[in-house]
Amino acid sequence: MDYYLSVATFAALNVILALGLNLISGFCGQVSLGHAAFYGLGAYGAALCSVAGLPMGLSVAVGMMVAGAFGILTGFAALRVREDFLAIVTMGVGFLFLGAVRKQAWLGAEMGIAKIPSPLDKWGYAMLAIGGAVALLLLSLHVRRSWMGRAFGAVAQDEDAARSIGIDVSGYKIAAFFIGTAAAGLAGGIYAHMTQLIVPDAFNFVQSVTILAMVVVGGIGSTLGVVAGAVLLTLMPEMFRFINDYKLLVYGGLLLAVMRFSPEGLAGLVHRWTGRRLA
Amino acid sequence: MLEGRDLSIAFGGVRAVAGVNLRVERGELAGLIGPNGAGKTTLLRLLTGVLAPDSGSVRFEGRDVTQMPIHRRAQLGFVLTHQIVRPFRDMTVLDNVMVAAATQVTLRPWRALVSVDTRPARLRAQALLARLGIADAADKPARSVPLGYLKRMQVARALALEPRLLMLDEPLAGLNYTEAARFADLIAQLNAEGITIVLVEHNLGEVTRIARRLLVLHNGAVLAEGVPRDVMARHDVRDAYLGADQDAVAHA
Ligand SMILES: Nc1ncnc2c1ncn2[C@@H]1O[C@H](COP(=O)(O)OP(=O)(O)OP(=O)(O)O)[C@@H](O)[C@H]1O
Ligand SMILES: [Mg+2]
Repeated sequence: MDYYLSVATFAALNVILALGLNLISGFCGQVSLGHAAFYGLGAYGAALCSVAGLPMGLSVAVGMMVAGAFGILTGFAALRVREDFLAIVTMGVGFLFLGAVRKQAWLGAEMGIAKIPSPLDKWGYAMLAIGGAVALLLLSLHVRRSWMGRAFGAVAQDEDAARSIGIDVSGYKIAAFFIGTAAAGLAGGIYAHMTQLIVPDAFNFVQSVTILAMVVVGGIGSTLGVVAGAVLLTLMPEMFRFINDYKLLVYGGLLLAVMRFSPEGLAGLVHRWTGRRLA
Repeated sequence: MLEGRDLSIAFGGVRAVAGVNLRVERGELAGLIGPNGAGKTTLLRLLTGVLAPDSGSVRFEGRDVTQMPIHRRAQLGFVLTHQIVRPFRDMTVLDNVMVAAATQVTLRPWRALVSVDTRPARLRAQALLARLGIADAADKPARSVPLGYLKRMQVARALALEPRLLMLDEPLAGLNYTEAARFADLIAQLNAEGITIVLVEHNLGEVTRIARRLLVLHNGAVLAEGVPRDVMARHDVRDAYLGADQDAVAHA
């Protein structure tokens, strides 16, 4: 039972991460190859607060804000560069985060942070993660229907045209980065308390590629598709243990294959087979 | 209403716009003409903020807007349509116009997040599509409709912003003879309704018909300015065009 519970919790955390990235990349059209850094910022922020004696709820909230604040900074970087270069900048953010954390004694350096207080039991974390995933799912569906979603669409499709019809392109990019990275911070905070031990490597480039693969496999821009992608890619390494050793290879290959053969991912397949577009 | 002072910009060695001064009065319909590469598009881009000038300033309704971002100028009612159509390709024609009709709602991202009511924008967008005669394409994705439709959709999108000053960059290009005449009539009518218009066009027949004032740009500088008949009669204007394309003048 414990095993299934922990798989379910990780699936839910991955849903939160993937939906957050989908808001940035799928809705607003901004590439990000460093999403794991915000997951890490949330985890470290929350862990430090908890170790210092703050209650878990508050610690997780602080983690979210730390991730969101760095997300806003990254959003500002997104204003300065064009699409292809943004991939490199966000990848750089990821490496910068790792490099900084590994060298800082107060962040535990390579050893990470241990003995993080853990006030909930397995069920508690599972419910919390699933609750967070559901909240993000509802938020994503709402954003898509709202005027924010329509404005995101305009920004994603043609920035200059969006500007000339009065859309504050910069404001929307920053909003997308904030929401998406704060969501990653939430996942990080839950993760830190659940595992009670965080190390820098949990938030490395492979993790960023994994989250991106979930989004792309599910169907970039499609909320339900991305949820399916996140669950599927969480279960895959559980069923086929060897994947864990070749994650970058398997997920990288999967990414390329999907982009080549079904650029709209699972959502695109559903559309092709049933004629219905997934939300 | 609009005043550009001493505007200049160079791309590499090319002085695309060199020391242009111009004024646009409230309520007028001014034609901006000149041979290919004269700098017309570049001048419009400088005025609307797509490009920042190397030197010079732009004033809109008495306020210096040289540093103001494009979207803010658009919100003030100072709107540009692009020479090359820029539809949101994956949206329907109606959705394209709706996003523009909702600028009051999308002004602030956080306000947009809590707004889901699309009815007012939809009604306004539908009315504009009908007015431009493209209502039949409302639900088609923009990527699949012909250029003539996109040209008109772009104007519908601009009108959805309730512009007070509208800059149209070659709206008639790519339209056939009757379409162009009808579209020019619409432009004149919009002007009669109170929208100040600056019209860049190669279709000299139509510009001289509807514009009350012409401005000729040549090699990035203003060559001539005045009522269409006088301007078109000038030798230097004819020479500028002869160098570039004789047919255009013969057509006028
Ligand atoms: N982004 C740019 N980079 C380099 N050169 C440019 C750029 N934009 C315009 N130019 C050059 O500036 C000059 C003026 O171009 P512009 O497009 O303004 O002319 P135009 O009058 O609009 O011409 P057309 O009637 O063909 O549309 C041309 O020589 C053009 O090659
Ligand atoms: Mg031009």
